[in-house]
Amino acid sequence: MLDESKNPVKKEKTMNDIQNDNKNNQAPLLQVKNLKQYFQLNNGFFSNQILKAVDDISFDIMKGETLGLVGESGCGKTTAGRTILHLYKPTAGDVIFDGEKIEGRQKIEAFRQKATMVFQDPYSSLDPRMTVSDIIGEPLDVQKLVSNASERRERILYLMDKVGLNSEHAARYAHEFSGGQRQRVGIARALATRPEFVVCDEPVSALDVSIQAQIINMFEQLQEDLGLTYLFIAHDLLVVRHISSRIAVMYLGHLVELASRDAICDKPLHPYTKALMSAVPMPDPKVARANKRISLSGEIPSPLHAPKGCPFHTRCPHATDACKESMPALREVESGRFVACHRVEEIN
Amino acid sequence: MALLEVTDLHTSFFTDAGEVKAVNGVSFSLEKNKVLGIVGESGSGKSVTAYSIMQILAKTGKIVSGSIKFNGEELVGAPESTMNKIRGNRISIIFQDPMTSLNPTYTIGNQLMEAILLHTGRNKKEAYDRAVEMLRLVNVNEPEKRMKQYPYEFSGGMRQRVMIAMALACEPDILIADEPTTALDVTIQAGILELMKDIQKKEGMAIIMITHDLGVVAQLCDEVIVMYAGGICEKGSAEDIFYHPKHEYTKGLLSSIPTVDDVYQKLKPIAGTPIDLLNMPKGCPFAPRCENAMKICIREAAKLQKVSEGHFARCWMNQKTL
Repeated sequence: MLDESKNPVKKEKTMNDIQNDNKNNQAPLLQVKNLKQYFQLNNGFFSNQILKAVDDISFDIMKGETLGLVGESGCGKTTAGRTILHLYKPTAGDVIFDGEKIEGRQKIEAFRQKATMVFQDPYSSLDPRMTVSDIIGEPLDVQKLVSNASERRERILYLMDKVGLNSEHAARYAHEFSGGQRQRVGIARALATRPEFVVCDEPVSALDVSIQAQIINMFEQLQEDLGLTYLFIAHDLLVVRHISSRIAVMYLGHLVELASRDAICDKPLHPYTKALMSAVPMPDPKVARANKRISLSGEIPSPLHAPKGCPFHTRCPHATDACKESMPALREVESGRFVACHRVEEIN
Repeated sequence: MALLEVTDLHTSFFTDAGEVKAVNGVSFSLEKNKVLGIVGESGSGKSVTAYSIMQILAKTGKIVSGSIKFNGEELVGAPESTMNKIRGNRISIIFQDPMTSLNPTYTIGNQLMEAILLHTGRNKKEAYDRAVEMLRLVNVNEPEKRMKQYPYEFSGGMRQRVMIAMALACEPDILIADEPTTALDVTIQAGILELMKDIQKKEGMAIIMITHDLGVVAQLCDEVIVMYAGGICEKGSAEDIFYHPKHEYTKGLLSSIPTVDDVYQKLKPIAGTPIDLLNMPKGCPFAPRCENAMKICIREAAKLQKVSEGHFARCWMNQKTL
């Protein structure tokens, strides 16, 4: 069904139509439908501002794929990841996992066993007073997945082996490890409950370049071995490009483009994605110096004072009056390619 | 004569756990109008090298030996009064974190004018004009209004522009940029890098660009130094380093980052963990992580050897006869 009232001229399907159609085809592992996360800010006695961190995003993640989620700081990518896992209670919208809508305490608890998270900062995300085996074992205890101590130990050692940690490290504390090894502990913890879906929130950005590659390769190996599905949140576009099969681009709480990795990187359609891709410094002197950058005027507006209409119109070189008035819907312009821009056909 | 000549610089930190040799025999020279990139991982000594040049090391840090000559004048052992005339005036530095390098209790104008009043003979009115001119140079809108604002009213990218304006206000000969865009978003980073390149061309100064981002180096630098464990493992032109790397660590770094062409290939990481500066191995510091390490690498460190014109590497692999 097309939403005739909002978009009388355009015939493309919106994301919601596609999601409804999906019932017939291969079912996605995770569906996000019109997800919103607003934060109420109490900054002063009379002021009650609302911060729209994630504003109406919808996408599907297929089983076994890696969906990259990129955007600049403050665009809501981390909040989106956390809201999907119900670490925040969504303001509106649904998360559907394996065909089942996640709501109510029981379902959320069961969902958290199947969907886990790897955090950005390997220094603050591990309790300094716990040993590595307790950190990895905690999810097993919480979810009551092991019945006795020897089973628990066996599972912990299996997980440590999986992420390339030595079994003799089990009794050590987090501070005794380097950043890369800590991140391995964080990954082992995320895998403890045998999840199907892992949200990786900037898992390599705090690591040195030579260590980043080790962790990225490990994510790929684990995906192959355990059949994992990733939502990979990062701001390093080269890393996201390497690991993802599809990439979603966020700007000020909205999804502006979603397409296959190659389509996003080689032929971006949304003006923001174009600027973002052209700004990536390529590690190759000839390419980097020949690169023509699309410069954006101004800065990212504060999400507290998000512009009316298209969120990008204040910096967009192609903005017209229509862009200032109405928010463009995320619609399918080619098969599997979604763009939220009124003028996408004219400018490409 | 080179603008800056660093010879066999050794800087150590004397901590409770022992002497940490952060910089271990670094030599390089910097010519006018050139952009020199120093790349390396955390703890490789790239920032300490820069801080040694500026002599702004922490209390436990000390230049143990070596020489730093600026325009022929020796800076190691120079009195503080000499350094005060050079710091912020002839050699300026911008730091990684624009959020903490500005004083939150003074206006931007006040902080910009401080440097100008201190180092030049300008009076207050002239210093104000110069500050406004500098803000305009770094593309800050409405500079007169911005002069009266406090750092919290600026975004990260804007603060870094203010830092650049401050560093350039006295027309320095050398600008040291210590990870100037690491804390910024890519679209903002691109703008700052372009700005630095433009100003460098216009003002004809030299830049030392310290970064871990090989993309930034590729875009901006003429000469590149690759550091590991406090020493230089390779130096050469950007083309030498990116297209003909001659040190195993440089090769490892280049193959461990995702690039445009090999999206479908697996990354080749460098094995092991970064070095512990308190327990340095006897031979080549990279040998424990090096795939092609030979017996001699563990016994003895190689010398920095010329491999082609202007291209040097410290690796036994380049030695023809052993």
